[in-house]
Amino acid sequence: MKTKLFVAVMGAAFGVTAAASAATLDDVKSNGRLSCGVSTGLAGFSAPNDAGEWSGLDVDYCRAIAAAVFDDPEAVSYVPLTAKERFTALQSGEVDVLSRNTTWTMSRDTQLGLNFAGVNYYDGQGFMVPKELGVSSALELSGASVCVQTGTTTELNLTDYFRANSMDYNPVAFERLEDVNTAYSSGRCDVYTTDASGLYSIRLTLPSPDDHMVLPEIISKEPLGPAVRQGDDQWFSVVKWVHYALLNAEELGVTSENVEEMTSSENPDIRRLLGAEGNFGESIGLEADWAVRVIKHVGNYGELFDRNVGPDTPLGIARGLNALWTEGGIQYAPPVR
Amino acid sequence: MAEQHSEVDRFFVREQMVEAMPPPGVRRGAGDWFRRNLFSSVPNGIMTILALLFLAWSIPPLIQWAFIDAVWEGTNREACLGPDVGACWAFVKAKFGQFIYGRYPIGERWRVDLVFLLLAAGLVPMAIPSAPYKALNALFLLVIFPVAAFILLTGGFGLRVVPTEFWGGLLVTLVVAITGIVVSFPLGILLALGRRSKMPAVRLLSIAFIELWRGVPLITVLFMSSVMLPFFLPDGVSFDKLLRALIGVAFFSSAYMAEVVRGGLQAIPKGQYEAAAAMGLGYWPMMYLIILPQALKLVIPGIVNTFIGLFKDTSLVLIIGLFDLLGIVQFNFTDSNWATPQTAATGFAFAALVFWIFCFGMSRYSMFIERRLETGHKH
Repeated sequence: MKTKLFVAVMGAAFGVTAAASAATLDDVKSNGRLSCGVSTGLAGFSAPNDAGEWSGLDVDYCRAIAAAVFDDPEAVSYVPLTAKERFTALQSGEVDVLSRNTTWTMSRDTQLGLNFAGVNYYDGQGFMVPKELGVSSALELSGASVCVQTGTTTELNLTDYFRANSMDYNPVAFERLEDVNTAYSSGRCDVYTTDASGLYSIRLTLPSPDDHMVLPEIISKEPLGPAVRQGDDQWFSVVKWVHYALLNAEELGVTSENVEEMTSSENPDIRRLLGAEGNFGESIGLEADWAVRVIKHVGNYGELFDRNVGPDTPLGIARGLNALWTEGGIQYAPPVR
Repeated sequence: MAEQHSEVDRFFVREQMVEAMPPPGVRRGAGDWFRRNLFSSVPNGIMTILALLFLAWSIPPLIQWAFIDAVWEGTNREACLGPDVGACWAFVKAKFGQFIYGRYPIGERWRVDLVFLLLAAGLVPMAIPSAPYKALNALFLLVIFPVAAFILLTGGFGLRVVPTEFWGGLLVTLVVAITGIVVSFPLGILLALGRRSKMPAVRLLSIAFIELWRGVPLITVLFMSSVMLPFFLPDGVSFDKLLRALIGVAFFSSAYMAEVVRGGLQAIPKGQYEAAAAMGLGYWPMMYLIILPQALKLVIPGIVNTFIGLFKDTSLVLIIGLFDLLGIVQFNFTDSNWATPQTAATGFAFAALVFWIFCFGMSRYSMFIERRLETGHKH
């Protein structure tokens, strides 16, 4: 909290510098590279593969933006940022976009001099239980002992949730995340609670991951998304519309495989998205085929999700809230027109 | 004559020493060694038994985990899953390139190898006292090698440019540690001399520098360099992260080194200074020829202690988003293709082993140098 306040104060004090570099898109174009702030390691979002390349959902957003601007998803400088550094790095112009599993909250949106361009992953606090416990809903957890990290909002959400549903529970609280993991895997508690994406990656480190399941209830809102500096509407629009293009492409059935054929589609929505009609790319300072570039190189949102965190990856996260609005989720993009 | 001889013969005079008798049975062989070294008294005996019990308790499971149950081959996490799986060395094997080079482009890694090779070629003969051409060797290590390493690692002159964001692993650990050591040693000596100087400005500046850097935790220095510095720089000017870490670590360890060297300077008796002055030596010849050789020899353990501490402190660069050896090992824990219950334990074991090899090497070499420089003088 102190850090946040500090960053906010520094942000206010040096707000002038942030406003001075208004034309981020021009800077990015003249540098020939997008400087993208990512996490220092989070399974499925920004993690290394065997070749040492960055991969993950957040990383793919960097690649998508670079593809839109340069037609080259590799034109990215990844800047690994810790939780403490991330806002400074964005405010000071060290990174052009912050794609680092950052929760969109009102205070961050309004006080830190940044704008959230969208939500690329709806996260939230969930529960993991051993399958042998035989529960299928968090509402059946009355009387359970729950492993939780102390001093986090996770702990507060947990208290609220059990009280609101008038259930009893025994908190088994630890200061360090590693201790919580050990306690859960050695059976000292029945339930593990933290952000759902975290639960899936912790599940992988358990001796027998398939014996554990994440319950469907999500008890807090953690919308994660890319952020840009305030005061540069053009760049804000670029990042926002790259996100929307990924969603619209999935909705319209445009994939990295069929994007070239789709440019000659009869569907006016697809034609507008892919730049065959209108000049929507120009209106955000990009080429007409900006969306084609994005989808050709990184795929649509569904492909991104499946490749990095989806059911066929070791993480095996279901789409849930992150499904399109047409499929029961809440991922929704305004139309291109 | 014959009579005289027989006179002497009446007394027995032995001309050779008596052969030493072997010690009595109880003072011989393995039994005696055990009795004297391990069971000389009751407390000693109890300690021995406790230590043996501890070893019996800890070593077999460790061997079981690290070798017998270990997984050596595999292409992803499936290999290391199962109830009785030990260390997942397959993970270390798959990620070994990253642990050494970070994200350095695979096609360019020969350049890092070449730098390592040049370093070894310069360092090994330097470290062996009997190897010839020490002056040329030092020139190579301190002038040619840094320039060559800089060009090879960063690129230019026809080589592909590799920004420092791609560096990582053991490469970053060594770059930070070696730069820190090479800068902090001379700078520390100058600061130590400055702190004992009779010129007030020099003395005050040295004291201020030492106390400022020594009074702040390294982690704060690094944080300042990454969180505060960008605000003070003009817009669009950014400072390479690795360079920030290098400067921070070098200044920080210089302050420590200065105090270690000052300890040595204070141990030199006043007579040495006076004798040097009486011979007509000025300040620098006196320091260079008389005082520093003695002072530095005295504080070798302290110097090496600082170097070893510095080497291990390099892992703090993780907090500003640089991946040193430990950082890149931890970073790879987040690769969901390799997430298993054993991944973290194996990765940490590997990192610990590499750090230990380097630190133990430094420690042994310093002991060798101490013995070599031993002149029998005890102050």
